[in-house]
Amino acid sequence: MAAMKAYVYVSLKRSVLDPQGKTIYSALKKMGYKGLEEVRQGKYFDITLDGGISRAEAETEIARIAREVLTNPVMEDFHYRLED
Amino acid sequence: MKFGVIIFPGSNCDHDVYWTIQNVIKQPVTWLWHESHDLENCDVIIIPGGFAFGDYLRTGAIAKFSPVMESVRKFAESGGLLLGICNGFQILCESGLLPGALMRNVGLKYVCKPVQVRVESTDTPFTNACQEGQVLTIPIGHMEGSYFCDESTLEELIRNQRVVFRYAEPDGRITPEANPNGSLDNIAGICSPGRNVLGMMPHPERATEPELGGTDGSKIFESLVSAMAEK
Amino acid sequence: METVVASVITPELVHEHDLTPEEYEKVKQLLGGREPTLTELGIFSVMWSEHCSYKSSRVHLRRLPTYSRRVVQGPGENAGIIDIGEGWACAFKIESHNHPSFIEPFQGAATGVGGILRDIFTMGARPVAVMDSLRFGPLQAASGRPRNPSEIRKNHALLEGVVSGIASYGNCFGVPNLGGETKFEPCYSGNPLVNVFALGLVRRDQIFYARAAGEGNPVLYVGAKTGRDGIHGATMASAEFGEGSEAKRPNVQVGDPFLEKLLLEACLEAMQTGAVVGIQDMGAAGLTCSTCEMGARGGVGIEIELDRVPQRETGMSPYEIMLSESQERMLLVAQKGREQEVFRIFEKWGLDAVEIGRVTSGGNLRVLEHGRIVSDIPNRALTDDAPAYRRPMKRWEPAVPREMPSAIQRNPKPDLADDLERLLASSNIASKRWIWQQYDHMVQTNTVAAPGAGDAGVIRIKGSSRGLAMALDGNSRWCYLDPQLGAMHAVVEAARNVACTGATPVGATNCLNFGNPQRPEIMWQFSQVVDGISRACEELDIPITGGNVSFYNETLGEAIYPTPVLGVVGILDDVRRAVFPHFREPGRTVVLLRASEPGDLTDAQSEFGSSEYAKAVLGELWGFPPALELEREAALEKAILAMIHSGLVDSAHDCSEGGIAVTLAESTFAKGVGAEVDLRSEEQLAPEFILFGEDASRIVISCEHANLPRIQAVARKYGISAEQIGETAGQRLEIKLDHRRLVSSSVRALRECYESAFEAALRTDPEGAR
Repeated sequence: MAAMKAYVYVSLKRSVLDPQGKTIYSALKKMGYKGLEEVRQGKYFDITLDGGISRAEAETEIARIAREVLTNPVMEDFHYRLED
Repeated sequence: MKFGVIIFPGSNCDHDVYWTIQNVIKQPVTWLWHESHDLENCDVIIIPGGFAFGDYLRTGAIAKFSPVMESVRKFAESGGLLLGICNGFQILCESGLLPGALMRNVGLKYVCKPVQVRVESTDTPFTNACQEGQVLTIPIGHMEGSYFCDESTLEELIRNQRVVFRYAEPDGRITPEANPNGSLDNIAGICSPGRNVLGMMPHPERATEPELGGTDGSKIFESLVSAMAEK
Repeated sequence: METVVASVITPELVHEHDLTPEEYEKVKQLLGGREPTLTELGIFSVMWSEHCSYKSSRVHLRRLPTYSRRVVQGPGENAGIIDIGEGWACAFKIESHNHPSFIEPFQGAATGVGGILRDIFTMGARPVAVMDSLRFGPLQAASGRPRNPSEIRKNHALLEGVVSGIASYGNCFGVPNLGGETKFEPCYSGNPLVNVFALGLVRRDQIFYARAAGEGNPVLYVGAKTGRDGIHGATMASAEFGEGSEAKRPNVQVGDPFLEKLLLEACLEAMQTGAVVGIQDMGAAGLTCSTCEMGARGGVGIEIELDRVPQRETGMSPYEIMLSESQERMLLVAQKGREQEVFRIFEKWGLDAVEIGRVTSGGNLRVLEHGRIVSDIPNRALTDDAPAYRRPMKRWEPAVPREMPSAIQRNPKPDLADDLERLLASSNIASKRWIWQQYDHMVQTNTVAAPGAGDAGVIRIKGSSRGLAMALDGNSRWCYLDPQLGAMHAVVEAARNVACTGATPVGATNCLNFGNPQRPEIMWQFSQVVDGISRACEELDIPITGGNVSFYNETLGEAIYPTPVLGVVGILDDVRRAVFPHFREPGRTVVLLRASEPGDLTDAQSEFGSSEYAKAVLGELWGFPPALELEREAALEKAILAMIHSGLVDSAHDCSEGGIAVTLAESTFAKGVGAEVDLRSEEQLAPEFILFGEDASRIVISCEHANLPRIQAVARKYGISAEQIGETAGQRLEIKLDHRRLVSSSVRALRECYESAFEAALRTDPEGAR
């Protein structure tokens, strides 16, 4: 089976202050970039699966990893996508 | 009475806490390795500061899965005295032993300096040697110390006097200027509902000897000693 | 076994490897007349680079004094070691990471910290302190001198990146940063300097050396896997920057402080087993440098098999594996048959340790891949037999007037209180709290004098009454005006800063930052600086135990000022009696100790041009550094130590940038205790010369009045002057000259200038400000 890739995106919940995003936003404004409303920063994980599990299994496994390890539910949200 | 200091591979205040207990507080103390389940019958467990696993995912995110943390959880649930300092506090929050989370400082930079904290509750085994409202000078040193929790949790913490320390001015006023990291409600330390688990960002072990600039941190360890003596 | 693979080395290839045709001939000769393989060419290229071989500096460095009864290890090892008594020794060294920090400030500075820490713990010493000496271009447009806003912005970004890189690495590793110094001059805009100092403690009988021994002993590789990081980093550090330097980014190594912390704990634990024969970190020139140097020091050969080297990337060539500068890697020689003890410890710390080869007889570094020899070079060819040049030198003069410009003499009378505030707020003098607050300076709970608290950092030694003081110094403007005299000042000021805490200076390390050594003027500057350091160290009896030379600090042909940075370490017998610079309480007598008589009017006017006042207030540079009489300076340092050891001194503060007025102001800040001081006029000097002139060999102390006669007795004994100039009082700083009041400012207002200026400069956008 060909190796599958999973991409997990983790960012702060909308209700949580994101000082890094805010700082990046003000810097961009100061540098003169136009049309900006808000910047939120986060983390990105690029996971290569070994090909030993099915897509459905991968779906469950990645969701678990994202929920249980990669995010702290108190402050973070995540989403992910799988690619063959 | 025996203290145990947990060592994660990236702990770097482990030796400092050990030294304080052994040489300043003069109590028996032992190391507890993160891969072991054995808490060696310790009466007080301390999770020291540092960067447990490099803090690479999030502070404390990997440490919470260590074998030792399974035993620590049981220990805390059965009323054992557990103190998390700095990275230790972050680990306790990640593990769910304390509510909330510690986020990146609002100034985005690591901050190392002595700060003032006001003792908000003396009804804990960690603060029974303090006076209510007493202001202690204890250093902080962290990048992720901005305490955050949702509103209902905050209400709950306040209602049950579980906020143990707040960042304060030297005269005890709680002001935004006294808040070094953007913590919600100037929170510097909180305890569990059973009051046997305390997490705090300031490092009491850095303020126990006069030649290092102060001894206010000793109060935390002295409180623990007298709490144990009463038991 | 197949013999060395034949290859075709073209003159272009030789040139690309920064080897001259003559050097290439020497390579062939050392290989017994044959052509090198490509891998061998790469190996020669890095080992013979300026960075690794010191080929331009070696002949000069021999002039440095390196011996005292306390020296356990002088230059030539990973770090120097000094015996500090009670069975303890300390290992320390300073190193530059200038070029990588310009290309990628965060990672460049971080890996600079990582590299020097490994140098310390490879010797068996646990790092207990780091300090850094940083140089950047200006943070603000100087008055009257338009500078390019994008250059200023770039300087801000470099400073921010370097500081957070140092913080990130040291904080995670868990070593306190005791400060150091950060200075700004336009010449560093295209060439910032990042010099990092580290110090570790080791029991005298538990020191380890980077020496291979014992034929058949296994050679172990420990730590991070090898990737293509920093290939030719060592040669990069030996070439000037051109326009395209920023495109060199992929070469920059990335640091992993967590892994380094694991290496520290695992290495120190492995050393305890007795199964480790020798150990060296893989720094510049990675596997190449560590194998041939360990072999050469032990007089043995080393054979390694590249197939066994842990690799992070696929398809790496022998050339790439040998030259990779991936960080956080160590090379160990273990005792045959006891490998398992070592492996077990590394496994405990979650580290991979792999046997990659063995110690051989003969003296060659032999490298195999797939059973074929890809390199077979005598170790000595890479180390002792590397080229050493006596490069041509030419006397050089800075492009500045030597006498005070007449326009300055005609200046209207300045407002001295205002000038004091401007000086306190100038980048070179202002508080660097913004920097050191980002460093964990308290971890390990040994910090007695934190950054900002004193002239030197002070730590205690747990389980002993002793302590160590350490300071970094170097005034490059002075070295520009007179390289030899400037270098002497760097030594004596670092030593004086250490002595002001009550610590006896016992050893020094130096980091010598210069331009292109192939230019005779630069080589002359270098030689002058080495002479200056040698003279001062000999007079003060402080041996140099190691250090680092960084050449090619030029961008587009513009060299930096000659910049020697000296790190001096001293011993306090009783750390609880360490003395701080600040006035402790009102009602104490303020005394000025000075070793030399003030010069005449012409001297004073000429020397005033090198002061911070000339730079920050007048925006000018002229003349010479202050005169220095080494034997009198030595007497002053002995005298202050005698006074402190007799318990006579409340506070002691070295008088340096900004002169006596700034020294007094700084002494009032920590406790908010003010002072009333009345100075005597000298010659026909204008008041600003007396307040802000930077005459050498002066210390401001405060003491109980009853101790004054004893202090004066000690001063007489050492032939220095101790003059009462006022007393501590109230919350204002009042400075009079011949009873006439020149400055009367609240301590609070002065402190505000001193504390807030640096951050304000960083926050100000250069275009918005003008």
